[in-house]
Amino acid sequence: MIGSSHKEATSETSPEKVVSVDGVSFSHGDVPVLEDVSVDIEEGAFLGIVGPNGSGKSTLVEVMLGLRSPDSGSVRLFGERAVNFDDGERIAYVAQDATDTSRDMPVTVREVIRMGRYPRRLFGRFSEEDRRAVEKAMEEVGLEELSSRRVGRLSGGQRQRVFIARALAAEADLLALDEPTVGVDAESREEFYELLRDLNNGGMTVVLIEHDIGVVTEYADEIACINRRLYFDGDPSEFVETDALAEAYGKDQHVLSHDH
Amino acid sequence: MFEWFLEDVYGAGMDTLAELTGVDMLGYPYMQRAYLAAVLIAVIGPLVGTFLVHREMSMISDTLAHTAFAGVAVGLFVNTTLSLSVPPMASALVVAVLTALFVEVLVEHAGEYTDSSLAIVLTGGFAVGSILITANDGGISVGIDAYLFGNLSTVSKENVGILTAMTAVVGSLVAVAYRPLLYVTFDATAARAAGLSVRWYKRLMVVLTAVVVVGAMQIMGVILVAGMVVIPVSAASLVASSFRRSVVLAVIAGEFAAVTGVTVAYVYGVAAGGSIVVAAIAVYLSVIGLGKAAGVGLSAYGEVSGRREDLEEVSADGGEG
Repeated sequence: MIGSSHKEATSETSPEKVVSVDGVSFSHGDVPVLEDVSVDIEEGAFLGIVGPNGSGKSTLVEVMLGLRSPDSGSVRLFGERAVNFDDGERIAYVAQDATDTSRDMPVTVREVIRMGRYPRRLFGRFSEEDRRAVEKAMEEVGLEELSSRRVGRLSGGQRQRVFIARALAAEADLLALDEPTVGVDAESREEFYELLRDLNNGGMTVVLIEHDIGVVTEYADEIACINRRLYFDGDPSEFVETDALAEAYGKDQHVLSHDH
Repeated sequence: MFEWFLEDVYGAGMDTLAELTGVDMLGYPYMQRAYLAAVLIAVIGPLVGTFLVHREMSMISDTLAHTAFAGVAVGLFVNTTLSLSVPPMASALVVAVLTALFVEVLVEHAGEYTDSSLAIVLTGGFAVGSILITANDGGISVGIDAYLFGNLSTVSKENVGILTAMTAVVGSLVAVAYRPLLYVTFDATAARAAGLSVRWYKRLMVVLTAVVVVGAMQIMGVILVAGMVVIPVSAASLVASSFRRSVVLAVIAGEFAAVTGVTVAYVYGVAAGGSIVVAAIAVYLSVIGLGKAAGVGLSAYGEVSGRREDLEEVSADGGEG
């Protein structure tokens, strides 16, 4: 069911590519953030992006989603120029700290999940299909019981699931998450990543920025390691055997391992 | 048309109410207008305020109110020097809307609202207003107090008419754009990734705020306008079980404060804006107090209201749009 729609829209360049980043550079004023980065994301992939703090991971994802325009290089999203991409319902984005903001905002689990349908139904009544998508998303992440609770009064793990459910309700083809489990307890984190894996197996393309290398090597099927430049792009099992990590992080960087 | 409504429908109704209750002030046309104005303000203030407060930019309402004062001064200045008769409310609206868009475009380039940039615009607007007023002494300073602190007796038929139109426009725009406004308020980045024209909805938000502060200025006074935009919303947010309900509760809290405030202002002959804000703060503190007293009661409220969810689901988030 996920990712089954809109196949025809991806015809233009390379039909199987969800994201295609080619030779992209980006800088904040005089500070270079990304230099000549090229990454492709195939349909159905689970890409983990790792790198030290301030290495440009978030910027790279923002560039991929067309939220930022690169200084040079090209970015295509579902075959279209990313900055001009206007099929927003295909993309779901959980920004860094998105789940932390508006703790005091009295918005319910259901209200947030319904936002997933907004790109399709910004005005006018929700159709039966819209309602079904919301209910189904809620069930899939196990939030039915909490549907009328205020999001700000949930635990960190529960709140993360709300944002995933919003992406599910949107029936998005691409889900991008920026360090989604900061401040979530270990047990909930594992559940959360299992959930992501299920979604990915269901056909949703996932991009995950994660500071915990162990998580990425376990769940992702492709790893991009960046620190301004791209140090590695490929299979997780190869990644752990290369020096890319040490190079990207610098010699005496403390690297998080999986034993959390 | 509006005059007919104001006198023959609303006025006649209030006259009857005055006779029935024996409360004389309800029968005075200027008090009838004051009540109507206060009731309208208490709809649009908290309505727009709910989005502003949760985007953590409630200070923008204060800023725009102070620049609206400059707009009033511009209107009075132009009228005196060029012998025109521009309604001060109209010039205030123009100046406030332009300032709102200016601030928003500035933010689009600079990134975020900062305290200091808002303070510059706020004091700048007020400074220009005070210069224009003192530059042209004589008749111009008449009525300035009414704009600063609000005044019940100066609410003209024309002003109530403009305010009614403003309420209709603001109310329908928020109703139509409820979903995008909610999405942008809750998670602007995700909304942008999902293809919403976030920039335009943010602009709409500040323009609506400008309209609200100008509409509310006459009763509240520019200095206290922000109170009607912020306080009822803060009170509602403490107890509301959903965003939709928080809007409704904020308007109810605002109405209570407005009617109480206007009544107190008339009975004791004090400033209306001040009484309304104090009444609103009283509501806010009572909600906190009741919450503390009830303790676990607050969470129980969440459970009970949760079961009513199904009933309201049909109309959830803007089915009217």
